[in-house]
Amino acid sequence: MKDLKVAGIDMVYAVPKGSPVHALSDVSFDLEAGRLLTLLGPSGCGKTTLLNILAGFLAPTGGTVTLGDDLITGPGQERGMVFQQGALFEWLNVEQNVAFGPKMNGADKAETKEKVEDLLRTVGLQGFGDKRIYELSGGMQQRVALARCLANDPDVILMDEPLGALDALTREKMQGLILDLWKDTGKTIVLVTHSVEEALYLGDRLFVMAPRPGRIERDYELPFARTGLEVEPRALKASPEFIDKREEILSLIWEMEEEIMGHEG
Amino acid sequence: MSENGSSLFRRATGQNDRKTVTFGDAAAVQSLPLWSALSLAALVLFWWAATRTWGFPAEFRAATKADFAANGERFTQAKMLVQCNGAPADVCDESMYTQWLSPRSFPSPPDTWSGFKMLWTDGYKGVTLLTHAGTSLWRVLRGMFWGCLIGIPVGMAMGLSSRLRGIFDTIVELFRPIPPLAILPLFIIWFGLGDPSSVKLLIFASVWIMIIAARAGVRTVNLSKVRAAYSLGASKWQVLRRVILPNALPELFTGIRVALGVSWGTLVAAELTGTGVGLGTMIFQAKNFFLLDVVVVGTATIAIIGVLMDMLMRIVEARLIPWRGKG
Repeated sequence: MKDLKVAGIDMVYAVPKGSPVHALSDVSFDLEAGRLLTLLGPSGCGKTTLLNILAGFLAPTGGTVTLGDDLITGPGQERGMVFQQGALFEWLNVEQNVAFGPKMNGADKAETKEKVEDLLRTVGLQGFGDKRIYELSGGMQQRVALARCLANDPDVILMDEPLGALDALTREKMQGLILDLWKDTGKTIVLVTHSVEEALYLGDRLFVMAPRPGRIERDYELPFARTGLEVEPRALKASPEFIDKREEILSLIWEMEEEIMGHEG
Repeated sequence: MSENGSSLFRRATGQNDRKTVTFGDAAAVQSLPLWSALSLAALVLFWWAATRTWGFPAEFRAATKADFAANGERFTQAKMLVQCNGAPADVCDESMYTQWLSPRSFPSPPDTWSGFKMLWTDGYKGVTLLTHAGTSLWRVLRGMFWGCLIGIPVGMAMGLSSRLRGIFDTIVELFRPIPPLAILPLFIIWFGLGDPSSVKLLIFASVWIMIIAARAGVRTVNLSKVRAAYSLGASKWQVLRRVILPNALPELFTGIRVALGVSWGTLVAAELTGTGVGLGTMIFQAKNFFLLDVVVVGTATIAIIGVLMDMLMRIVEARLIPWRGKG
């Protein structure tokens, strides 16, 4: 397993008319293999930009990202990506979607078939292999996205608001699935979310990010993700420790929001 | 009058009976087959009534009918009129009957039917209707084939590269508005009459449509899909082949349907210049000899083939791109 090392990332977007936007400024952190990092912050704090840099979809204007010994310069299959929605291939069925990665790599067909069946069982979609994407609910589609990402056995899984489009109940179920997958596979996960509760519940480490310029404001080490595997989720989310942390982070974000409003007003 | 039984429209919408807002619910409007059948029947009835003779003396009608029966010939309106024109004035003359459409301007249903049978078995100028139609259709298919083969790669290239888009945009925008028939004279001079120029004309008719459809299809791709594919280890070629192309299929299909319609219309007009065999040629030559039944049967064949092609495309589309309009 490989550690993720982010060193002095700067990201400046040139704007055709107006001053350049400083999306990220001097972002540095080390993430040991097997951690689950959640990124939280008001809009414009650069959390999705950071995720896209980790994925290799964007090249930072300064700084480096390394995974193990490898410098990241573009997308690669050692870093899998799960998008909010719309990234599944409608022209393929569930099985073919999950098998996409191995197929691109020219993997053995029989082996792939076995692996796909395994993964579908893992994400709770056994028997759905020949269904079309549009026949599935939003939650099931995200299960397919997770399975597709796991099929290439990546070191790091990057998730861009993976549960953002789901209803509250499905969302809680899927949070449980993500925690289970994390425990079972031991993968490094970086997850961007808008929900404070989700960031706290899933994050084994949590960055609260701040805007203008985008940066890491607070770096929390959290106990909930590890206990969350044994404790009933509703009870955990209602525990005093959880609520205290939630209020602390919420007020932090509120302060930032007010500062932004002050800037604009 | 009961509220529910009052109109056919309400009964047909079935499960929407409980809706109170119906006028303006445009998405719920559908074509009712019963009304389609009625309108078609009305059209045929009108045709029959407009081409029939009204008011002929009953004795004359019975006599001609018996006369034809004796000769083993079919009794038709047109033949009866010929009979009438040759008969003594006290038996039959033009003042005795009315007819809205004379056989010189439109053939009656029975005349059209016998014309069809004649075209089916003996053909026009020794070429059967099926051969005329098949030749026309084959030209359209060849034109479409080359139109797609050239248009789809060019359109996709335009959708994928700003430089190629810049290069082709002016050409496409300049040539696209030219009606194919306007370029036909040049094509005839360059390639001669008949197959060579008509197929090239059809390529000209379809290629711009396919370029625009392919360009639009490429643009519909969601960046997340492309990024996901790269993250899963796909190469550029695999992204093109496995993501961008299948993603563009719905737009390509729309393009093919539009291009087929335009090609079909262009072809028949192009054949008017004379290609020997083909529905357009058949119609135009028959017109010169006032063979209106041939003209009408030819026209109806064009319409029916057009409808059948569109139906076929819908079936293929439902099979090939079942995800269209869903999700």
